[in-house]
Amino acid sequence: MMHDRPAGTGVIIVTLLIAALLEVVPLPESVNWVRPEWMLLVLVYWVLELPSRIGVLWGFFVGLYHDVLVGTTLGQWGLAYALGAFVMLAAYKRMRVFTSLQQCAVVFLLVGTVSLLAFLVQESVGRTLYPPYTILYASLTSAVLWRPVCALLRWVQLRFLVR
Amino acid sequence: MAAPANPTYRLLIALVLAIIMMVLDQRTPWAAPVRHVLGYLTAPIHYLAHLPVDSSEWLSEQTQSRGSLMDENRRLQRQALILEQKVQRLAVLEAENVRLRELLNSSADLDANVLVAEIIGVDPDPNRQELVINKGRGDQVSRGQAVLDAQGLIGQVVDAGPLSARVLLVTDASHAMSVQVNRNGVRAVLAGTGQSDGLKLLYVPDTADIREGDLLVSTGLGQRYPRGYPVATVTTVRHQSGAPFAEITARPTARVDRASHVLLVQPTEKPLIPVPDPEAVNDA
Repeated sequence: MMHDRPAGTGVIIVTLLIAALLEVVPLPESVNWVRPEWMLLVLVYWVLELPSRIGVLWGFFVGLYHDVLVGTTLGQWGLAYALGAFVMLAAYKRMRVFTSLQQCAVVFLLVGTVSLLAFLVQESVGRTLYPPYTILYASLTSAVLWRPVCALLRWVQLRFLVR
Repeated sequence: MAAPANPTYRLLIALVLAIIMMVLDQRTPWAAPVRHVLGYLTAPIHYLAHLPVDSSEWLSEQTQSRGSLMDENRRLQRQALILEQKVQRLAVLEAENVRLRELLNSSADLDANVLVAEIIGVDPDPNRQELVINKGRGDQVSRGQAVLDAQGLIGQVVDAGPLSARVLLVTDASHAMSVQVNRNGVRAVLAGTGQSDGLKLLYVPDTADIREGDLLVSTGLGQRYPRGYPVATVTTVRHQSGAPFAEITARPTARVDRASHVLLVQPTEKPLIPVPDPEAVNDA
């Protein structure tokens, strides 16, 4: 793996776009509370797997795309995702030796922190209605879904030789 | 695997870029190009997300029995007949109204162009009440345009992308507009609550003549919404002794959470019937 040329950028982008689709797919109002941060989960997976390629700037641009997709202030999720990618870059070696449960806990904290950052920006432009602890629901489902998402993306990575 | 390059500088770049963008987006119109370019990439996602709804509608249309289609056809024909009869009177009334307004020296009401759009997305964030529609700048949709459904006002366009547009609903907590009671012309500010069926009237004096069931129509003040479209009906009026204002809630007449098609209204430049030049009139 050491001297392999990078490959499969298109596959990474397609997985992120599928995650984007899941972010806006219409669901009942009550389910919206627990809709996981799909794009962040996929981004975190690729940062952990390919830390030399997928990093802070990827996070920033994916976040910017998310901003336009859901119509938030430009840069709100860009800022949050860039920071999330940065934290994962700092912790990717540890994440690899963690057990599943520990990984889920880290993802829970990460999604919570990133969402809180985005929430603060949204709060400052006056577009929040519910108290900030409501983002914990989505963080929890994100953490629960982390292992299945991981397994799926691992299969994609091996199937399409992303490196 | 090679260790990643020092990400701290990149984080710094990203943070600075993000903050600049946020400020530009909030305070100036200069961030619009970024939104516009990315809009080409996000609109297909909204269209794709709407595809299951579209195809299931198509499927149920294809599998309907002839009998039920004929029933529907008959019902729609009856409805069309009734509406046509109403329109006949409306044309006369509208012309009369313009003439009367001329007599009062007030400006004529303008007719409006209407564009039909389909709702292809709903904002997943419970904090915000927004919709995505399948018409964008390519269809002459512009920021600030009013959006209605068959029953009343739904909201306004806040972001016109190249292929789709975002509509801020009247029920959003950050939305407020000027309305008047259709019965007696009392004006008030109608604000959203963030619930899809909840609106409230702000700063209404306890003595104001507003009753349950009153129809609230847009006043056109603020130059954003056209005048005279129904917006909401008053559901409860509570007078509390000691409180400075009455507590009044209303429900939108438009089916904000169930509509599938909406109308975009664009005021036309030319009036319904030619308005005489006021100076020429004064000279005569």
